[in-house]
Amino acid sequence: MDYAANLAMTLPELVLALGAIALMLVAAWGGPGSTKAVSWAAVAVLAGACIALAGPASSGTSAFYGMYRADAFATFAKVLIYIAAAVAVVMAPDFFKRTAGDDLRPEYPVLILLSACGMGIMVSAADMLTLYVGLELQSLAAYVLASFMRQDSRSAEAGLKYFVLGALASGILLYGISLVYGFTGSTLFDEIAGAYAAAPLSGSGKALGLLFGLVFVFAGLAFKMSAVPFHMWTPDVYEGAPTPVTAFFASAPKVAAMALGVRVAVEAMGPADTQWRQIVIFAALASILLGAVAAIGQQNIKRLLAYSSINNVGFALIGLAAGTPAGVASVMTYMAIYIAMTLGSFLVVLQMRDADGQPLETIASLAGLSRNRPGLAAALAMFMFSLAGIPPLFGFYAKFAVFYAAVEAGLFPLAVVGIAMSVIGAYYYLRVVKTMYFDEPAAAFGPGDRLEGGLIAVAAVMISPLGYLAIPLLSGWALGAANSLF
Amino acid sequence: MSFPILSLMLAIPAVAAAACLFLAPSAARMTALAATLADLALGVVLWLSFDVGGAQWQFVEYAPLFGRFGWALGIDGFALLLIMLSVFLMPICIGASWQAIEKRVPEYMAAFLFTEVLMIGTFAAQDLFLFYIFFEAGLIPMFLIIGIWGGANRIYASYKFFLYTLLGSLLMFIAMLYMSITAGTTSIPVLLNYDFPPHVQTWLWLAFFASFAVKMPMWPVHTWLPDAHVQAPTAGSVILAGVLLKLGGYGFLRFSLPMFPEASATLTWLVFGLSAVAVIYTSLVALVQSDMKKLIAYSSVAHMAIVTIGLFAFNAQGIEGAMMVMLGHGLVSGALFLCVGVIYDRLHTREISRYGGLAINMPRYALFFLLFTMASIGLPGTSNFVGELLSLMGTYQVSTTITLLCTTGIILGAAYMLYLYRRVVFGEIKSDEVRGMSDLSVRELWLLAPIAAAVMWMGVYPESFLAPMRKDTQILLARIDRARPVGDSQPTKGTGIVPAAHAETHAQGSAH
Repeated sequence: MDYAANLAMTLPELVLALGAIALMLVAAWGGPGSTKAVSWAAVAVLAGACIALAGPASSGTSAFYGMYRADAFATFAKVLIYIAAAVAVVMAPDFFKRTAGDDLRPEYPVLILLSACGMGIMVSAADMLTLYVGLELQSLAAYVLASFMRQDSRSAEAGLKYFVLGALASGILLYGISLVYGFTGSTLFDEIAGAYAAAPLSGSGKALGLLFGLVFVFAGLAFKMSAVPFHMWTPDVYEGAPTPVTAFFASAPKVAAMALGVRVAVEAMGPADTQWRQIVIFAALASILLGAVAAIGQQNIKRLLAYSSINNVGFALIGLAAGTPAGVASVMTYMAIYIAMTLGSFLVVLQMRDADGQPLETIASLAGLSRNRPGLAAALAMFMFSLAGIPPLFGFYAKFAVFYAAVEAGLFPLAVVGIAMSVIGAYYYLRVVKTMYFDEPAAAFGPGDRLEGGLIAVAAVMISPLGYLAIPLLSGWALGAANSLF
Repeated sequence: MSFPILSLMLAIPAVAAAACLFLAPSAARMTALAATLADLALGVVLWLSFDVGGAQWQFVEYAPLFGRFGWALGIDGFALLLIMLSVFLMPICIGASWQAIEKRVPEYMAAFLFTEVLMIGTFAAQDLFLFYIFFEAGLIPMFLIIGIWGGANRIYASYKFFLYTLLGSLLMFIAMLYMSITAGTTSIPVLLNYDFPPHVQTWLWLAFFASFAVKMPMWPVHTWLPDAHVQAPTAGSVILAGVLLKLGGYGFLRFSLPMFPEASATLTWLVFGLSAVAVIYTSLVALVQSDMKKLIAYSSVAHMAIVTIGLFAFNAQGIEGAMMVMLGHGLVSGALFLCVGVIYDRLHTREISRYGGLAINMPRYALFFLLFTMASIGLPGTSNFVGELLSLMGTYQVSTTITLLCTTGIILGAAYMLYLYRRVVFGEIKSDEVRGMSDLSVRELWLLAPIAAAVMWMGVYPESFLAPMRKDTQILLARIDRARPVGDSQPTKGTGIVPAAHAETHAQGSAH
């Protein structure tokens, strides 16, 4: 296969990379004044990358000697990533306008583009090294984004924490990769899978080495997904990072990490599914439980949403634990619905500003919101009920899909325990609704931005009962994506 | 497919609910009343055009909209009667809130209309997951109704209501997933005739039981009910007692019995045991209450226990009696909560000791309250008598001991209801506040009179209500007959000949 064909398959990443470089030059020459133009150009680049997905990038073949997959699964994940990235770009200007001393600089959209490019490589990776390169590109951009408010000590702390712990996780992952490479002799997913299939299940030194490699790789990936027990960074980083960046962290990288985890589990380590299933089941239940219990005491809405994201990752992992095409499809369905709920919630958090425009983050400041801003309160209540998985909101279907897959795969204890623990999670989502609807009103928020209001409305409609009409489309697409892995 | 009347009945309150949110308070009240009356009119049309003794499922609609499940609606006799109960009580609820609710009226009306959509949807759903969505979604508006417009301790009550019922339903959800995967369909009519292996049935039955027992509510998981009732606004209590509690009974009737007959038979002891405890225990608890609403809430638990024993009697009297108790209790307890609401609106307290001698200055009120008190006791000529008698007669064929225990509930019921009535209505007027209370207004009269008429109708001519479900009862019995437990009331022990024919005619005779 010639280079032209290879490059054509990676066109979305090329569009993003070249777009990011070009916009970086614009930013360097244009200075802070070019922020708005660069932001909209970045959205255009993301849209372009989305269009580029339609070509050879979703042909279902491999590029660069099997190191890069251009299949339906990657396409599905990339569409979600690009949408989330575009929303993160769009929601930023209004936030930074009001922060003291930290204006939005044109680097912000550029970093988002680079991160999105890295995530694209992650979800298309069919080789441990491609995986690592994509992961690092995404992470490096993310570390900078977390500390984007240079004058704000919390933001700087978030960036540093994210960097140190992220580096540790990268080390763990790399160590796992080296073990896997050492015992299988390859970094290509297909050949790794062959080696796992050929190796005896236990008893020999080689089996032990392969098992260790698997454990370390999954530990590294769990960090990126913020699954328990590698979740510790999440609340601090989410709280400290600027809100648009937090919204970005909670959406796009989650999808990328989850998709990457699914691909590694199925494509590279599919034959060792009995081994990784134990890890995934533990991570799923621990994430659901900890995400629910730890969220109860939170006073800060961003921390609450951080624990909520841990909780939701746990549910998505239940679909992966099933290990079937339906299970993989349910994970992708879950992430698609999860993105709408999360971005919607963070867009509402962005509206939490006092009369001077200073951002508010405590849950208490939401008190009585239903009387000051009924539309906003209704939207956040819908997101909360949806995250809790209460029908008729669309978040219910996300849980429906993963539990359907788990039951279909015969994992009854997992399904029963998982769903029972979702009651604990419902408690803290209810607390937000209670604060908005039952409590006496606190000070009214300042006026909102029309564009953000529109985005909130779009997200609310997507997770409303109207979303059910999209099920045939969504599940067909997700199943197509999942089947491309098997 | 004919005219989609069920979808229309769902669409009217749904649209009205959305519209209410954008209206002024007075316009929202009118919209809500108009929408609920329109649904009542449609309900009447539904009943009149229901072919009694015809096809099992009527007004069937189906559209495969949602991939793994579909928009499948359709009703049989049981569902018809419960839908009628819902649409009948709904305008009364709106009327009861006309003046009592002053703050955030548009949202209140929207929440009630949304509840109506979900109730009708639950009874009409013919798809397993559509049923679940309607069933579970009812938590959201009720949570808001209790939490926003409730009494002093409303937040605790709303949380307890929500989380308690959620935990129960989630286990049922897993069971539903298993059923749809194993049977390869989500259609309730198909699943009604699908035979799961007996050991699987037990697990599925228990999962469904977890949900319906909480909804019902059965002892010992009834504790959310008194809290929710006491804190909810009057109309909220009416709809909670009138319709939402019936979801549990409907669930047993629609799912547990026909889908898992063997498990139902083997676990009858559990239902009977819990019900017997419930009848005696909650009746005694009701006897010592000082809060009127709490008293009626506990009496609801006792009445619902009569429903469960009737359902699990595995015979026509029991099942028809259980349905009649559900309908009768829906009307009577709703009316009793309205009666409490009437005096609460005047004196703003539910303490029984604050009242007394209302017969002197509120004679019309005393009359209605007396009628509903007697109906709650199960006096012949009122709705509850028919249901309770049939239900207990059905149970007698299965277990004489349980029937004996549960019949004490009627005596205890007479005790606590008459005791309540004596303290509130008879005696001397205690204070000037009470003396100043005015008799029923025209609006309140219009709320109570239709219920009174329906209660008498059910008591005097129950055939109108028994006829639509007679064929469905026979279908259900034919399905579960193979698992029918052996009763202990057979006069000739050990011969195995059940005097069923005699009991049958006897029951029919007394029902008419």
